[in-house]
Amino acid sequence: MRKIHGTRLIALALGLAAVLAPQWAAIAQQPTPSDDAVNAIASQLFCPVCENTPLDVCPTQACAQWRELIREKLAAGWSETQIIEYFIEQYGARVVGVPPAEGQNLMLYWLLYLILGVSVLGGVFFLYKAVRGRNQPAEKQPPAEAVGQPAPSEYLDRMEEELKRR
Amino acid sequence: MNTPAKRSFLRSYWGILLAGVFLVGLLVLVFITMQLQQSSPAEDITADERKLAPNFTLTSFDGQTYSLEELRGKVVLVNFWASWCTPCEQEAADLEAAWRYYQPGGEVIFLGIAWTDTESASLDYLERFDITYPNGPDLGTRVSQAFRTTGVPETYIIDKNGYLAYVKISPFLSLGEIQAAIDPLLTP
Repeated sequence: MRKIHGTRLIALALGLAAVLAPQWAAIAQQPTPSDDAVNAIASQLFCPVCENTPLDVCPTQACAQWRELIREKLAAGWSETQIIEYFIEQYGARVVGVPPAEGQNLMLYWLLYLILGVSVLGGVFFLYKAVRGRNQPAEKQPPAEAVGQPAPSEYLDRMEEELKRR
Repeated sequence: MNTPAKRSFLRSYWGILLAGVFLVGLLVLVFITMQLQQSSPAEDITADERKLAPNFTLTSFDGQTYSLEELRGKVVLVNFWASWCTPCEQEAADLEAAWRYYQPGGEVIFLGIAWTDTESASLDYLERFDITYPNGPDLGTRVSQAFRTTGVPETYIIDKNGYLAYVKISPFLSLGEIQAAIDPLLTP
């Protein structure tokens, strides 16, 4: 076996260093994402196991694994949108807590808009009625002479009967 | 008898009443549709209640694709699991033992489906339990939704004609239990 000459070895080492240095630098520039950075995304996702528990506060192992996955993706330079889209693709739309507006779900969305629309129209209608009622003159009072008019005869008869008894 | 005041009231509010009736009707319609959709494909399966298993395609972690329709003629065991699921670990060794028992016959295929799991954790789990039957992720939770799973582990056994024949909504406790579920489906 041939011995490698000392200067060649140094040259080889320098060459390797030159090739690897930019990659090391790139790795060094990607610090491990902080818990806050991970939780900022995790808070927009929901635990696959527990109901209505955001990922950032979920204590299960499944959530811990998902948070770790977010950290890995962030470290790999993924954006928040890319990570959320990845989770939807992998685990379904329910991870974001909002059903997609497609298929049967579409009917629910339309129903929601319908209820909202009817409620707004109803509100406007009642408001209109209320404002209109306030602006209209008060109901006509009976004429002044009507106040002095004798009470109904039945009432008078009962009154006279009472007086006679005394 | 309708007094003028009453008639006026009805005239003012008939539109609102009609809209209310319409909305209630729509809500009932949505409720019925959802109820029909959510009827479970499984649980206690009797001969009269047999249902075709929902078709699905699974791409395993090693890139192979399995379609339930293409597996007609074989008994298919579909096991939903997750690496974070402790009860899944209880049955992992028994499932693998069962697979090794049935694999030479070629009449049975096992498909493991990792539910809401990360790929690295799934692969660690498969390595830890030396699981050799095909396994893959439930992308978009489409397969579990089709089967209306309620959690993990859950196992569905589909007969040679594609009908759901057995459902286990908890871990298998022994190899014998798995064999007792599969063997009756192998008799001609």
